[in-house]
Amino acid sequence: MEMTKGLLSILLTAILTQNFVLSKFLGICPFLGVSKKLNTAAGMSAAVIFVMALATAVTYPINTLLVKFDLEYLQTIVFILVIAALVQLVEIILKKYIPSLYQALGIYLPLITTNCAVLGVVILNIDNGYGFAQSMFNSVGAGLGFMLAMVMFAGVRERLESCDIPKFLKGLPITLVAASLVSVSFLGFTGIVENIFG
Amino acid sequence: MAEKKSLGKEFSKGILAENPVLRLVLGTCPTLATSTSVQSALGMGLAASIVLVCSNIAISALRKIIPEKVRIPAYIVIIASFVTIVQMLVKAFAPELDEQLGVYLPLIVVNCIILGRAEAFASKNPVLASAVDGLGMGVGFTTALFLMSSVREILGAGSFLGMSIPFLSQNPVLIFILPPGGFFVFGILMAVVNRFAEKKGKPRAELRGCEACPMAQTCKLNSCEKTEEKAEVSA
Repeated sequence: MEMTKGLLSILLTAILTQNFVLSKFLGICPFLGVSKKLNTAAGMSAAVIFVMALATAVTYPINTLLVKFDLEYLQTIVFILVIAALVQLVEIILKKYIPSLYQALGIYLPLITTNCAVLGVVILNIDNGYGFAQSMFNSVGAGLGFMLAMVMFAGVRERLESCDIPKFLKGLPITLVAASLVSVSFLGFTGIVENIFG
Repeated sequence: MAEKKSLGKEFSKGILAENPVLRLVLGTCPTLATSTSVQSALGMGLAASIVLVCSNIAISALRKIIPEKVRIPAYIVIIASFVTIVQMLVKAFAPELDEQLGVYLPLIVVNCIILGRAEAFASKNPVLASAVDGLGMGVGFTTALFLMSSVREILGAGSFLGMSIPFLSQNPVLIFILPPGGFFVFGILMAVVNRFAEKKGKPRAELRGCEACPMAQTCKLNSCEKTEEKAEVSA
């Protein structure tokens, strides 16, 4: 019971209070770049959730090995290579065996290799000293939080399209200001997890 | 001499005309995340600049040896090595900064500015020019971070580089050092830069899909618009 409580609180923290995009600023490029339409935003975030979970599952045992042989300083190099190779591999496997899933997610995969959110979640898991289950929950939560932010923001942006905006605020500046307001709404979640599980 | 002049140009373009953050809109993640205080912003700028210069030099020196097909993984390994070195140095000599930057220090690896410069400049140009280009881009990145963080720290914490400012420190506008303030200040800064750019008849900064993305050429989609089109077709 205590353990499920802990895991759930990690999941909720990652989705709401410590949202990857809106409070940790990880994965801003896809957040601003691929959020123009609702369906692309959803597809991209589904691919991110998938890769995040997979990357965590793969890097966790690798990290144990690195720690065992006193090679922690290699973490950055090893993780980025593992993630890059993993994404390529997943793409090939999906293409060959599960074409329907490849249709839905595959096109986003190359964009994810250098996505800082994926490397970020892996490093954060280790910095926080999470065990395997905790790491997985944190990663899935981070992915879900990314999806929530992306989908919400896609809605906001579709509305922005039809607004009358001052000339030099058009485009990127107003998008950032809108992101700021969405981020304010997420500030409202501060303390909610402690209140539920505290 | 022509070469000397062009070196000066390589350096200065990174600061103004092609400022990586404010004109090319690259490296937004660390810009937003580490600009809460001037000190951490300068630390981030310095660390990224060191990696940028070193990796540009290494990649440019190896540009004829690295096979075309595996160049991106090779670049990533080179960049990751320098990031690891910087990480170890910061941990050893500036543990305070290490704490402030946290996860964003190892994340310099995936900073698009660095891979972008490797792909767009260092892989095609001689060592000296690449080093100067890296330095210019690094200074440009640091300048943008400095601007952002000055606004955020002065308004949000009422201090500058840790020194408190009389009136403001009693009435800090806390939201500026919270995440929403980062987006807001960045947005306004972009608007101001766009205004100046327009006055000079230069194109305004926009998020450029794949043009700016260092993965553009490995990416089989050729363009992000195509991604969206494909997504629409499949959806």
